[in-house]
Amino acid sequence: MPSIDLQETGLRALNTTLQSVEQKDAAYTITNPMGAHAIACGLTHEINVTIEGHAGFYCAGMNQRANVTVKGHAGVGLAENMMSGTVRVTGNASQSAGATAHGGLLIIEGDASSRCGISMKGIDIVVGGSVGHMSGFMAQAGNLVICGDAGEALGDSIYEAVIYVQGTVESLGADCEEKPMDEEHIKSLTGLLALSGINAKAEAFKRYGSARTLYNFQPDNAGDY
Amino acid sequence: MTNKKQPQTPQRFSATFDEYTLAEIRRAASTGIYDIRGGGAKRKLPHFDDLLFLGASMSRYPLEGYRETCGTNVVLGNRHATKPLEIAIPITIAGMSFGSLSGQAKEALGRGANTAVTSTTTGDGGMTPEERKHSAMLVYQYLPSRYGMNPDDLRKADAIEIVVGQGAKPGGGGMLMGQKISDRVADMRTLPKGIDQRSACRHPDWTGPDDLEIKILELREITNWEKPIYVKVGGARPYYDTALAVKAGADVVVVDGMQGGTAATQDVFIEHVGQPTLACIRPAVQALQDLEMHRKVQLIISGGIRNGADVAKALALGADAVSIGTAALVALGDNHPQYEEEYQQLGTTAGAYDDWHLGQDPAGITTQEPELAARLDPVMAGRRLSNYLKVMTLEAQTIARACGKNHVHNLEPEDLVALTVEASAMAQVPLAGTNWVPGQHLPV
Repeated sequence: MPSIDLQETGLRALNTTLQSVEQKDAAYTITNPMGAHAIACGLTHEINVTIEGHAGFYCAGMNQRANVTVKGHAGVGLAENMMSGTVRVTGNASQSAGATAHGGLLIIEGDASSRCGISMKGIDIVVGGSVGHMSGFMAQAGNLVICGDAGEALGDSIYEAVIYVQGTVESLGADCEEKPMDEEHIKSLTGLLALSGINAKAEAFKRYGSARTLYNFQPDNAGDY
Repeated sequence: MTNKKQPQTPQRFSATFDEYTLAEIRRAASTGIYDIRGGGAKRKLPHFDDLLFLGASMSRYPLEGYRETCGTNVVLGNRHATKPLEIAIPITIAGMSFGSLSGQAKEALGRGANTAVTSTTTGDGGMTPEERKHSAMLVYQYLPSRYGMNPDDLRKADAIEIVVGQGAKPGGGGMLMGQKISDRVADMRTLPKGIDQRSACRHPDWTGPDDLEIKILELREITNWEKPIYVKVGGARPYYDTALAVKAGADVVVVDGMQGGTAATQDVFIEHVGQPTLACIRPAVQALQDLEMHRKVQLIISGGIRNGADVAKALALGADAVSIGTAALVALGDNHPQYEEEYQQLGTTAGAYDDWHLGQDPAGITTQEPELAARLDPVMAGRRLSNYLKVMTLEAQTIARACGKNHVHNLEPEDLVALTVEASAMAQVPLAGTNWVPGQHLPV
């Protein structure tokens, strides 16, 4: 497995290498990331990248097909706008993890900060710990699984995304409501937990989604906006 | 005592509560909702009409109108990008989305721009294959909503425009009413059909110029440092916004004044937030000059550009290029009197139609209704746009030659005077007939 020392190679050369690899399942280890930004962003092929240490902003941004693992913590915008593939962080993630992402699976084994899954458009996000305020804000599609607790205004202005929370919810945002956990949701969540390798039982979660009362503007709802 | 009638105090209408204001109060009281419309500020504002060129005289030699060269080409994005855009005219087509516009209208914009050898710009909702096909130079907008945003399209783009704001609504997000959310538009935006779609007003994963610098780094890393990266701001604080965009690493800064159009926003937002285009140019140029980045980071000005004189004046004040949206739509056929009967049925009249958000455009431009959209022939409409761009360019060249300039970029503030105190202060050129420039130029 090739090992690339980021401090020796530099970001441009590192990303050029990773972006140009087309061999399926090729594996790379990145050492000395030192919290650098935009590590392993824009990958397009089914390769495996392991980052040995902490990553800065936008790690694995816009990922397509690649499997990226951060053995440490990750900064703002982890896997932002991911299209496909898998991104896993063994530690915590900063704000806006999985923001606007269209697909793929993002696993945060620790906690995620505020706005986790903001404007998500189809990604599945599984957080082993808790999430900060405004998570799932304007979330359009996909699943946000929170094994710990959720902060204030969870799912504010949510569209058709689905949020599962095992712990407590400090408060729900505008137009977000608890919904029944039907068999299909138990099955879907069980699958996501299994894919993520996180040990939890789907039956212990509650489901949240859009009440759909704000989908079309009504003056009488002005106080809710 | 006579029967002669005593003089009466004439009926006097209030200047404050004029007819329009009274009607708006009644409408608000009746409907309980603010007015939403398309377009930019309609109020009278200090504008390019308040400036005049001096032309050549004893101390300035003019160039021969039909013989001597006057260049109009512009290179955009050569600060960092390895593949800057090279446009033949200093006029680009501003961002307008498929969704707010019909597919035919987007195609027509591409065709017209191609003939003129300039760029078009996507909008909220992403890039359609059709507009990529029909636009030889396509700027891909990177918006807060990230609707339809994907890295494949990012790599297909010729430049990337990070939209922080727009002149019609600095600090506001977008809105696309349910009537225009067709199956295709809904699919592109990952939203249910028929809902009122809101576009976020803030980017979801960065806040402020320090973050933006890292965001730009990411975009460059994903696109191999090839694409020029623009930062577009509404006309709010043009000095600081421009300076911060440069600091964040922008190749091009786009400043959009309050006459710049939108697909749909509250009228109160359009008319009361932001600054006129004329007031934005000199502070933006000053910021570039203070950073020694003038002509290194290009400045594009938009908002109410209508003719070659406006182009020439914007360039003389220091812009590198201008961008047009509303005027381009008019060139395609928007608000054309030939549809007057239908405008009347919609409760308006040709020239005043601004309910672009409702999708009932008789001209087939701001609609997703197939029958209406089919009215616009993209080939003919594209020709009209290219004709219009050609005329604007010829007009700007005419003025530049009269001022003795062999390139439109050689126009300068010294070539201008102002007709009003306001325009003089904003443009920082003397009031006509005087050497007086009101106010001291300060960062705005």
